[in-house]
Amino acid sequence: MGNLGFNLLIFPGFLFVATLGFLWMGIERKLTARFQWRMGPPLWQPYIDFLKLMIKETLIPANAQRFMFITPPLLAFAGVLISSLILFRTSLFPKTSFLGDVVVFLYFLLFPSLALILGGSASGNPLAAMGVSREIKLMLSYELPLILAVFVPVWKTGSVKFAQIMSMQLQKGAFALHYPSCFIAFIVALLSIQAKLAFPPYDIPEGETEIMGGPLIEYSGSLLGMFYLTRGILHFLLPSFLVFLFWGGFPFNRWQWILSFLKALVVFLIMVVIKNINPRIRIDQAVRFFWSRVFVLGIIAMGLAIAGW
Amino acid sequence: MAKAVIPIGPYHPLQEEPEHFLLTVEGEKVVDVEVHIGYNHRGIEKLAEHKSWQQVTFLVARICGICSTSHPIAYCNAVENLCRVEIPERAKYIRTLVGELERIHSHLLWLGLAGHFLGYNTVWMWVWKWREPVLDIFEALTGNRNHYDMLLPGGVRRDLNEEYFPWVRKELGELKKNLEMLSKAILDDPVIISRLKGIGVLTPEDVKNYGAVGPTARASGVKIDVRKDDPYAAYDLIQWEVATCENGDLLDKVVVRILEIFESIKMVEECMDALEKVKGEVMATIKEVPPGEGIGRHEAPRGETFHYVRSDGGSSPIRHKVRAPTYVNLPTCKATLPGSQLADAIIILASIDPCYCCTERVAVVSDKKKEYLTQEDLIKLSWEKTEKLRRKYGK
Repeated sequence: MGNLGFNLLIFPGFLFVATLGFLWMGIERKLTARFQWRMGPPLWQPYIDFLKLMIKETLIPANAQRFMFITPPLLAFAGVLISSLILFRTSLFPKTSFLGDVVVFLYFLLFPSLALILGGSASGNPLAAMGVSREIKLMLSYELPLILAVFVPVWKTGSVKFAQIMSMQLQKGAFALHYPSCFIAFIVALLSIQAKLAFPPYDIPEGETEIMGGPLIEYSGSLLGMFYLTRGILHFLLPSFLVFLFWGGFPFNRWQWILSFLKALVVFLIMVVIKNINPRIRIDQAVRFFWSRVFVLGIIAMGLAIAGW
Repeated sequence: MAKAVIPIGPYHPLQEEPEHFLLTVEGEKVVDVEVHIGYNHRGIEKLAEHKSWQQVTFLVARICGICSTSHPIAYCNAVENLCRVEIPERAKYIRTLVGELERIHSHLLWLGLAGHFLGYNTVWMWVWKWREPVLDIFEALTGNRNHYDMLLPGGVRRDLNEEYFPWVRKELGELKKNLEMLSKAILDDPVIISRLKGIGVLTPEDVKNYGAVGPTARASGVKIDVRKDDPYAAYDLIQWEVATCENGDLLDKVVVRILEIFESIKMVEECMDALEKVKGEVMATIKEVPPGEGIGRHEAPRGETFHYVRSDGGSSPIRHKVRAPTYVNLPTCKATLPGSQLADAIIILASIDPCYCCTERVAVVSDKKKEYLTQEDLIKLSWEKTEKLRRKYGK
C-alpha cells in the first residue's frame, strides 16, 4: 500500500506531479514557441520561474480582504494535490480505489477555479472582478459537458471507481477505440479540459491583453507561485485523467506505465495545437459553444453509451 | 445593472505607449468611453522653431519610429510648397518607394498586433517574421532599418543602389505569397470571423462627422486618399488603385489593410521599374526660403499627415504645425465603442492603428482653483502625496 505521507508528498504525490507538470509546461512553452517561429525558453524554465516566484516579495493590496486573498492559492494547490493523489495512487495500488472516487476527483478538480473566483473577488480590483465573472460563466459552461463525458466510461464499467474503469480497459482494451460513444465523450472532455486549463481559445478569464490576467492581477510572489504550481500540475493531471478514462488507464507495469505517459503527452500536444491555431473567443461565444454544441455532443455520447454502442 | 469604470491605461499591455481610456461598463457591455492623452508630450513643434529648415526634417522623422518617413515627406512637401520648388523626377520615385515600403512594414506591424490583441499569438509572431525582410530591404536600400532619413527639402539625400532591386523583387514576391496564405487563413477561419465580423462598425456618416482618415475611413467605403486626391511625389506617375471596403467593421479594417499591402507591393515594383529608366539628379537646390506659408500632406499608413510651416525669410520656421492621423481617428471610438462587449473594446480601440507619439498634445492640468499648474506646482503636489503615503504606512 505504501505510506500515505510518502505517497502524498513524494510519489505519486507532490514531487512527482509537480516535476512532471512543470516538464509538461516547459514542453508546451517550447512547442508554442516553435509554432511561432521563436526559440522559446529552455525546458526547465517553469522550475526556475516557480522558484523565483517563491522567493519574491508578496504584496497584498491595501483594499483586499486579507484572509480571503491569502487562502485561495493554498486551497487550489490542495485541491489538485488530492485529486492527483487519488488518480495516481489508484494506478499504483488499485486496491486503494474507493467507491465514488471519480466523483471526489471531479469535486477536488473544481478547487482551482473556485480559488480563482474567491481570490479574484477578494483582491478588490475591478479587472479582477471582471475576470471572476468570466471565470464563473466559463465554469458553468464547461463543467456539465465534462461530467456528461465522464459519465460514459462510468456507464460502460457500471462503477464509479477508477480501479474498475482501469481493470475493465485492461481486459477489453481502451474504451475510446472500442466504443464510438467513448470516442465522442473523449472529444467532449478534451474541449472541456482545454477550457479548464484556460488555454486559448478559452483563456477568457485571464485575457492578457483585455483584463491583464483577470483574477491573478493582484497576486505576486509566493501566492502567485502557488497558483503557478497548481497550473503546472493541471497541465499534467488533466491529460492523464483523460488517458485514464478513455485510453486504457495507467496500469503499473513497466512498458504500459511509460506508454500511458506518452499517451497523456499526445493528448496534451493536441491541446497545444488547438491553443496555437485559435484566437481568444468572447465569453458569450464560449458559453454558446459549450451549451449548444459540446453539451449536445455529450448528450449524444451518453445516449449512445446507454444504447450499448 | 450597476455601472463600473474600467481603466485601460495609462500603462496597459494593450499598447506600448501611455494613454488612458476610461470605459464605463455595465457587466460586459461598454456604455461610454473617455479618452485622455497627453502623457508623452515632447514639444516637437516648439523645438522645430529653433532648428534650421534642413534639421527639422530629421526632427520630424523622430516624431514616430514607425512613420519615420511619413512626417518628413509631409514636411518636405510643405517646405517645397512654400519655396515653389519642383523636385527631380528620380527623387519623386525614391520618395514614393520609401513611403510605400513604410506602409508595408507599418501595416504588417499592425496586423501582428491585431492578432496579439485577439489572443492569437501565432499570427502575431508569423506576421512579424514576414515583416523582417521588409526591414532588411530598408537596410539595404537606405542604410537603416528604421529612421531612414532619406529626405531633405528639395529631394532625397541618397540615391538608391539599383543592384539590390532583383533581390528586393524576390523578397517582395515571397511576402506576397505569404500574405495570400495568411489572408486566406484569416478569411476561412470561423473563429476569427466571429470575433471580427459586424464588430465596431464605423458608418460612412460617422467617418464624415468625425473626420476620420486613412484605412479607418476607407474600410467604411469612404474613398479618401491624399495620394489620389492631391497627388505629390510620383503617385500620379504610376498606376495604382485606392483599396476600399464596404462595412466598416473590424474585419473590413483588416481586409482593407491587407489589400493596401498588396497595392503597395505593386507600387514599389513599379517605382523600381521606373528608377531603372529615369536617371539624373536627386536633389534640387533651394537657395533660400522666402517668407510665407506652406502646407504639405502625405498619406501615412494610418491616414493623412498634415504639416504647416510659416517662414519670415529666416533660417528656421517661425511656426510649424503637425496634425497626425490618429488625432482625428481616435475620437471615432466614441462612435464605435458604446454598445460593444468589453472583450471587443481592446481590438476596437486598436483597429484605428493608433499612434500616440504622433498625436500627443500638451495636456492642461488644472486644480480648478488656479488656472494652470506650473512644473513647480506639480513637483510640490507629488512631494505632498509622497509625504502623505509615508505617514499612512509609517515609513
